[in-house]
Amino acid sequence: MTVSDGGSGVVEDRCLAALPSLPRDEGGPVFAEPWQAQAFAMAVSLNEAGLFTWAEWVGVFSRHLRRVEEAGGDSGSEYYLCWLSALEDIVAEKRLLGRRELQERKEAWDRAARATPHGEPIVLGRERDMTGGNP
Amino acid sequence: MTANSDDDVLKDDAVAHHDHDEGSALPEVALRVRALESLLVEKGYVDPAALDELIDAYETRVGPRNGARVIARAWAEPEYKAWLLEDADAAIAAMGFTGRQGEHMLVKENTPKVHNMVVCTLCSCYPWPVLGLPPVWYKSPAYRSRAVSDPRGVLEEFGVTLLPSQAVRVWDSTAELRYLVLPMRPEGTEGWGQEELARLVTRNSMIGTALALNPADLAGTEQEGG
Repeated sequence: MTVSDGGSGVVEDRCLAALPSLPRDEGGPVFAEPWQAQAFAMAVSLNEAGLFTWAEWVGVFSRHLRRVEEAGGDSGSEYYLCWLSALEDIVAEKRLLGRRELQERKEAWDRAARATPHGEPIVLGRERDMTGGNP
Repeated sequence: MTANSDDDVLKDDAVAHHDHDEGSALPEVALRVRALESLLVEKGYVDPAALDELIDAYETRVGPRNGARVIARAWAEPEYKAWLLEDADAAIAAMGFTGRQGEHMLVKENTPKVHNMVVCTLCSCYPWPVLGLPPVWYKSPAYRSRAVSDPRGVLEEFGVTLLPSQAVRVWDSTAELRYLVLPMRPEGTEGWGQEELARLVTRNSMIGTALALNPADLAGTEQEGG
């Protein structure tokens, strides 16, 4: 698909000043935080394993971007949040993981993290004893 | 410290913050990513080593230099350029760069009559094998909408001045079809080797939001004092 501006002034002066300016980056890191890289790699890896097509991925992902934009958010800064939400959706839609099992696993990681002394690796299954003896 | 396989893969401890007197609360996004990854690994859908390999590739190896080598070769070898414009998939694969999503590539040549510019209005489809991952501005709603509604304005913001004779064509990438711009070869580069030529090819020049550097630019940025 192509749109063409033949230089004839077809594009009118339509409140161009009101349009947001373009964010810039030159040579910044590809990923701002490690979780973004993990989320990115999971989607690419699942696609390579044939669990969904890239067109299916774009369909789900762009739906999330559009939702953020329609709500007045900045899908640029929320790009990888949309990516992560799309990943959660597509693994559920493709029945790779259940939403409930995902939620439960998230809570398990939360408990494990809170029960892990600072500086030690966080391991699933470590939980603070909540039943008694808490100071 | 004993290595734990989960923690080898999940590197986001740096963003953990102190919680109460003991333990650490991970941010919500980190928990979501850990939940997905640990379950997908357990069920055999993803291989942690493959994830690490992918991240390493995109952070350090796959980048716009791949594309620059393709463009430099097209400038230097007319037969390669003809092949690239005719069958970009094969011509690019011949240089060892292949796509991961089964997408097709099309190369659009800039001429004194036409300047090409690439966008993905839907999300951020981008020719990863030759350009790496897209820059922040490419993913922004501003670029995605304005590249179509006001391409000349966008080019002006990027500091690109077109010839009066040049029309602008904007190509909208999709999941199946990604575009790469073949910028015009700068003057004063006759007889240059491909490695030298590749240094003139910037990422933005292959998206169409810049022109290729000219030899004077190169002297200024890379050979200061020489």
